[in-house]
Amino acid sequence: MSKSNKNLIVFSEIDIEKALKNALQKSRPDIINEVRDSGLKGRGGAGFPTGIKWNLAASAQGDCKFVICNADEGEPGTFKDRVLLTDYAQQLAAGMVLAGYAIGAKEGIIYLRAEYTYLKADLEKTLEDLRAKNILGENICGKQGFNFDIHIHMGSGAYICGEETALIESLEGQRGEPRNRPPFPVTVGYLGCPTSVNNVETFITALHIVEKGAKWFKTHGTEKSTGTKLFSVSGDCENPGVYEFPMGITIEELLNQVGGQDAKAVQVGGASGNCIPRHQFSKTIAYEDVATGGSIIVFGPHRDMLQVAINFMEFFCDESCGQCTPCRIGTETILEGLDMIEDGCCSVKYLRELVSLGETMQLSSKCGLGQSAPNAFLSIVEHFKSELFDDSFRR
Amino acid sequence: MLASEREQLKSEINEMAKKFNHHRSGLIPVLQHVQNVSRHISPEAMQDIALAFDIHPVEVQGVVSFYSFLSTEKKGKFIIRLCRTITCDMAGKDAVARQLENELDIEFGETTEDGMFTLEFTNCLGMCDQGPAMLVNDDIHTKVTPDKVVDIIESYRKRFGANVIQGEHA
Repeated sequence: MSKSNKNLIVFSEIDIEKALKNALQKSRPDIINEVRDSGLKGRGGAGFPTGIKWNLAASAQGDCKFVICNADEGEPGTFKDRVLLTDYAQQLAAGMVLAGYAIGAKEGIIYLRAEYTYLKADLEKTLEDLRAKNILGENICGKQGFNFDIHIHMGSGAYICGEETALIESLEGQRGEPRNRPPFPVTVGYLGCPTSVNNVETFITALHIVEKGAKWFKTHGTEKSTGTKLFSVSGDCENPGVYEFPMGITIEELLNQVGGQDAKAVQVGGASGNCIPRHQFSKTIAYEDVATGGSIIVFGPHRDMLQVAINFMEFFCDESCGQCTPCRIGTETILEGLDMIEDGCCSVKYLRELVSLGETMQLSSKCGLGQSAPNAFLSIVEHFKSELFDDSFRR
Repeated sequence: MLASEREQLKSEINEMAKKFNHHRSGLIPVLQHVQNVSRHISPEAMQDIALAFDIHPVEVQGVVSFYSFLSTEKKGKFIIRLCRTITCDMAGKDAVARQLENELDIEFGETTEDGMFTLEFTNCLGMCDQGPAMLVNDDIHTKVTPDKVVDIIESYRKRFGANVIQGEHA
């Protein structure tokens, strides 16, 4: 993906100074309404409507408010934010300024994952350039009384900090353990202040929506999943990379575009997503069908799905914060079971118990990590059960 | 750690903590600094940090143990983190891992005797379209082949000695 590509819809060139000047002439409610009318949903994966989040943060009472960019992209198979942070940093900053104006915040923080430390120097330089252009700082773009600046906070290597309340805990110098919700960060967030936490892609998309209008955005996608979205495509396909597709694209169409026609399964949504087998490739990628933060991992015909399930479960054992029992013990127990299958000593009866355990985790875990940790395991068992017990697939 | 080193680190800790008005939101930046400078966070450093933020040392230890980029054990000058997540796994990370072990004569989780290299697995590095990927300190290496491993390691060995400035993320 590159900005000069003419086929890009949202992620095209934009004069950020002009876009911000136009936006700052509008009233705050007008901006929030435009974003809400567009139907934009959080692009990090959870899919919460951005306009509603901004509206809640805007209407919350507080002396100071914060805009936080969640750049803790850690979902296996996701790398679109890395590309955006590299090539679209100015647009990201402008999107954060816009959010700051909309909710009444003066301060923005980019929470950048430790694994992306090599991006930090360039990001700092971008922010410095924008200060020189008065796109950050005081009386931004000539708007009297509107001050906003952004600083970068480095993560320290924890997948769970992509969960917004864990991210805030981490910013406050704590272990990245998710908080109970409510209260939600829009009312009680960073340092107890109303805070809007949005994904990198969400800020950039919102900037384009406010400039080009909700109507334009809604001409793409489906009724419930408007607009286009970035997809990080990897695995067994000819052309892995970042793609922009309209929401509602079928998995089959997507595979045709990336050269993954012979896939036997596709993992949509990363380790916490679902494994979709070939006979369901007519499903669409949308919030109402197969939802995703954009991770698409293609599995070719020869892949051993047991190894895939083991890899994902090892990931969750490692990244579970350990705070709640269903997730901490559940992930370990399922991994043990998968190892037993590999060793040929797991009974089908025990596998059924593990499936039931997975369903319990989905219901009883405290945060999104534990609730989605068994997804990949459950969908692989559902669609590839015979293969799990078939030794001829073992590598 | 020499007493003078500890004093030096302590004054850096206090200086940084002051910048954050001794507010806890400065804790992780301070820990990251200590990790970079002394390649681990020693019990003494944790004590000094706890004092600077007026919290119990156990609070500090709790944070250190939570994050994979902070450690109580001393790491090598160069930490090699090989991505073990699915796409890098499918792209051949096992073969790369074997060559890393052969080349450094250590296993994953260990540090070479000369304190130069630590070998670790890490979760998704966000380079799934260019796997296998690995980080060496803050540098990213993509499409690593078993063949390239030796050259990558050599390029870091050459930075050893007088060429490496302390705190240069080394």
